[in-house]
Amino acid sequence: MSILIDKNTRVLFQGITGSAGSFHAKQCMEYGTTVVSGVTPGKGGEKFENTVPIFDTVAAAVRETGANATCIFVPPPFAADSILEAIDAGVPLIICITEGIPVTDMIRVRRVLDSQTKSRLVGPNCPGVITPGECKIGIMPGHIHTSGGPIGVISRSGTLTYEAVGQLTALGIGQTTCVGIGGDPVNGTDFVDLLKLFNADGKTEGLIMIGEIGGGAEELGAEYIKAHFKKPVVGFIAGTTAPPGKRMGHAGAIISGGKGTASAKIQAMREAGVHMAATPSEMGTTMAALLKKS
Amino acid sequence: MNIHEYQGKQLFKKYGVPTLAGVPAFTVDEAEAAATKLIADSGSDVVVVKAQIHAGGRGKGGGVKVVRGAAAAREAASKILGMQLITHQTGPEGKKVARLFVEAGAAIAKEYYIALVLDRETRRVAVMVSTEGGMDIEEVAAHTPEKILREWVDPAIGFAAYQGRKLAFALGLTGGAVGEFTKLASALYDLYMKEDCSLVEVNPLVLTKDNHVLALDAKINLDDNAFFRHKEWNEWRDLTEEEPTEIVAKAADLSYVQLDGNIGCLVNGAGLAMSTMDIIKHYGGEPANFLDVGGGATKEAVTKAFTIILTSKDVKGIFVNIFGGIMKCDTIAEGVIAATKELGLTVPLVVRLEGTNVERGRKMLDESGLAITSATTMADGAQKIVALVQQSKG
Repeated sequence: MSILIDKNTRVLFQGITGSAGSFHAKQCMEYGTTVVSGVTPGKGGEKFENTVPIFDTVAAAVRETGANATCIFVPPPFAADSILEAIDAGVPLIICITEGIPVTDMIRVRRVLDSQTKSRLVGPNCPGVITPGECKIGIMPGHIHTSGGPIGVISRSGTLTYEAVGQLTALGIGQTTCVGIGGDPVNGTDFVDLLKLFNADGKTEGLIMIGEIGGGAEELGAEYIKAHFKKPVVGFIAGTTAPPGKRMGHAGAIISGGKGTASAKIQAMREAGVHMAATPSEMGTTMAALLKKS
Repeated sequence: MNIHEYQGKQLFKKYGVPTLAGVPAFTVDEAEAAATKLIADSGSDVVVVKAQIHAGGRGKGGGVKVVRGAAAAREAASKILGMQLITHQTGPEGKKVARLFVEAGAAIAKEYYIALVLDRETRRVAVMVSTEGGMDIEEVAAHTPEKILREWVDPAIGFAAYQGRKLAFALGLTGGAVGEFTKLASALYDLYMKEDCSLVEVNPLVLTKDNHVLALDAKINLDDNAFFRHKEWNEWRDLTEEEPTEIVAKAADLSYVQLDGNIGCLVNGAGLAMSTMDIIKHYGGEPANFLDVGGGATKEAVTKAFTIILTSKDVKGIFVNIFGGIMKCDTIAEGVIAATKELGLTVPLVVRLEGTNVERGRKMLDESGLAITSATTMADGAQKIVALVQQSKG
């Protein structure tokens, strides 16, 4: 078992003919992902890599190829529109990799997302989702993962996710599903949404949750863990040394008005019973020790 | 990106937010001329000379002076222009004042506060008001949070008139001021969305003695992500307000933040870059910067990034920490070698490489002849660079 995606997921790529889109679509196909179609307006009727049919619209791609997940590689000026098009076409899982979408665009997208129940958005500004050995949708290096579980990973940061996964794999611990929720201030799926899914997933026995400064999503996640989450959680928060008022790379990684500090998040997670790794090098070993105990 | 009060007020004018008449001035002569004009236009000899820097608390620091007459305005301008203005937001060294805004005076009955900001929990813009105008709003939030009132704006509808009335009556406004406030708040929301702001703050918003509402201040932060659709922002940018190194980094599309320490960091990914700073601190060192070269950086970008670190005089050691996903380790190695070839390497360098093409990257660094200490993990690398920097201090 896994969450969000598995070997039956049929993936569409929006922006499949762009340089990033085509590179990563190919990488995902090589990993074994079932890529059924692509969308590039004006290139409908052509084929990607001589095999994958390209359509002008998401609606046509879904109708013709039965895609049930889409991966968006469209540049920032047009990315919000691409998400809206995917929602309109009723794609159940929308994963947006694009970094740099204006926040006002995402405020409007989020309003549309909240008014329907068919589609779920992951990202934007995220590495994507992978269920090792079954399906990879995104830009993460597939080879560092180990299939079969039992650990799930949720993270706001791409490379820190790789760091956690690399450590688990080195210790011989596999992963069920790894999800990057992205580093933007307004995103789709959040910690709480995924905690619910991992809680219900029979194969997931433990979770690594990686947050960073800015916003209050980690605190909300901690509240859910305290009240409902039944599995051991290892946590890490990046940005203990970040100065207030400065955007640290990610648009959402900023301490403003005294809110969103690492110390507040670490405290909330500790109080919820999360085992906080002292350094990012200890995420894997902290989890290994917990698995041994249980 | 931040803009000055006088630029913010130009935007206010565009959206119909009432402000006082005012003129920006870059010299003492311009300030005097501005005051003369404002006095002639308004019939009152009261003018306000305001320092224009990207920081709050200007009044307390001596950067805002209310004067009578053009000669007094000239004198105030000569004192403020060029001064090192220190406020609670500038840091102890303060900021040099190079621009002024000369504004007409107003007969103020009461001061309020209004701000528009993204509320990340509801994913909507929140309009916040308070009767505690002119105060530091963070202090108000900490000590008397009940004095801050909020309305959240549905982006499909915009700021609704009833929301304006709710806030206006809660602030104690009466008569025509209620409608004026509602119009003002609605205009600020339109401005926030159309101009791609991340903060619009008016502190104070004032009620005049003849019961009119107007914006006495304007603080606007813009969302950097929206630069592509606002070419005019290039003209609004004040480079003297930015760290010189951060300007160079921005031009090279690198995400860089200057810090106070002495260990330079070159990392890929924002989360990894932040936690690299954290782990250096954890082992007793002090990071000199945050630097994320991004996911798919070219050799040129890495060279530029490494050059920025090498040329920083405070850097006494460098930690390169890479977990290559899309980023290839050999590209990093190429950039590091190219930059050191040109500038030489006089400080200790610790490199931790992991991920795509790691073997090729390590081999290139080994064969480069550079004095590189390699590390197996982040923790290992952080401990090594901290120890090396401490040793070199003797």
